[in-house]
Amino acid sequence: MSFEVDVSITRGSRRIAARFEAGPGITALFGRSGAGKTSVLDMIAGLARPDEGRIAVDGRALFDAAAGIDLRPEARGCGYVFQDYRLFPHMSVEGNLRYGWRLAAPDARWIDFEQVVEFLGLAGLLAARPRRLSGGEAQRVAIGRALLSGARFLLMDEPLSSLDAARREEIMRVIERIRDELALPILYVSHDRREVERLAGQIVEMD
Amino acid sequence: MALAPDNISPEEWGIIWLSLKVSAAAMVATLPVGFALAWALARGRFPGRVLLDGLVHLPLVLPPVVTGWLLLIVFGGTGVAGRWLAAMGMPVMFRWTGAALAASVMALPLMVRAIRLSLESVDRRLEAAARTLGASPMRVFVTITLPLALPGVLAGMVLGFARSLGEFGATITFVSNIPGETQTLPLAIYAALQVPGQEGIVTRLALISVGLSLVALVASEVLTRRMGMRAHVL
Repeated sequence: MSFEVDVSITRGSRRIAARFEAGPGITALFGRSGAGKTSVLDMIAGLARPDEGRIAVDGRALFDAAAGIDLRPEARGCGYVFQDYRLFPHMSVEGNLRYGWRLAAPDARWIDFEQVVEFLGLAGLLAARPRRLSGGEAQRVAIGRALLSGARFLLMDEPLSSLDAARREEIMRVIERIRDELALPILYVSHDRREVERLAGQIVEMD
Repeated sequence: MALAPDNISPEEWGIIWLSLKVSAAAMVATLPVGFALAWALARGRFPGRVLLDGLVHLPLVLPPVVTGWLLLIVFGGTGVAGRWLAAMGMPVMFRWTGAALAASVMALPLMVRAIRLSLESVDRRLEAAARTLGASPMRVFVTITLPLALPGVLAGMVLGFARSLGEFGATITFVSNIPGETQTLPLAIYAALQVPGQEGIVTRLALISVGLSLVALVASEVLTRRMGMRAHVL
């Protein structure tokens, strides 16, 4: 199993719980806005601490309340692609791409800088500052940055939601290529039924 | 021209130099303390935070003569900290170091305010993104938080420097008005005003004060603008 997730967390007065197992390829976490989909990604990334439960990816436990396991975010090997890109504004595109790559252990780097630039078509953007980028460009840089950090799996939080139709198609193709050519397990959050049906091999409904 | 360099006497150059030295020392001494306090106030969640906030801001509203008197009690010849500093070979009583100490205390609230605002304006979501990319909390601080907060930190330093240049009440209370040792620009102007026929000196030193303060304020404002903060000093 790529993802084994059984967690719950209390956010204010609400309790958000998720339980699913997912195979390789893209698994969609599908549900209306406010269902707690992002909270689930945050728990898997280690940015939020579940009250209880267990999270494992490819058989490696990232969090296990019963066993006292709670890996730090930087030790989880996760590539988190955020809805709002979160590119570092004080670095160039190249600086953003290399940020995680520099920090990754040499044997964790499974793709190199030139490959990512080629794969995502970033050659013309390397010197640019993030604020100069269009939404589609920024999202490609964010994906490249995650891949270069030596990620063993990707978490994608509505990566298409702030893009226009043409950019959506562009990023959707990129995600399909990551699925097919790089064979990286992806957990994909969305509230768009068509998007999910096109990309995902498996759908987890949250309500 | 009242401000032509050859109109400024060696004594006056000495006063300007002393003022710059005292202010620079005050700024350097305040920075680590100010940064730590700003960090605690911006990011910390601990009991007594509101009280600490109040204490930091106290020199801003307290009569400076009271601040000077409190410094005298703590750092004076019989004060605990004063004796300790003297034993360490760093006496502050009636020394320029004492003037720097007084200026430092008076500059602290302004510096803390500017640094705190800049730390609060750093987007925590960027820090979270850096964590997922493999950065430890310390590395996040050095590579993300600090660079993004830097213009505000610099603005705070410049503001603290400007405040130190103008420091009068606490200084004269704490370390008196000794030419060549604790007589900074404002104290020299005050001393000159006590003697008839010194209008030329007063005018020159006052104009220099205005110039230095204006340069510092503009520098601080430019740095603040650069970071897109809404907290302006002008």
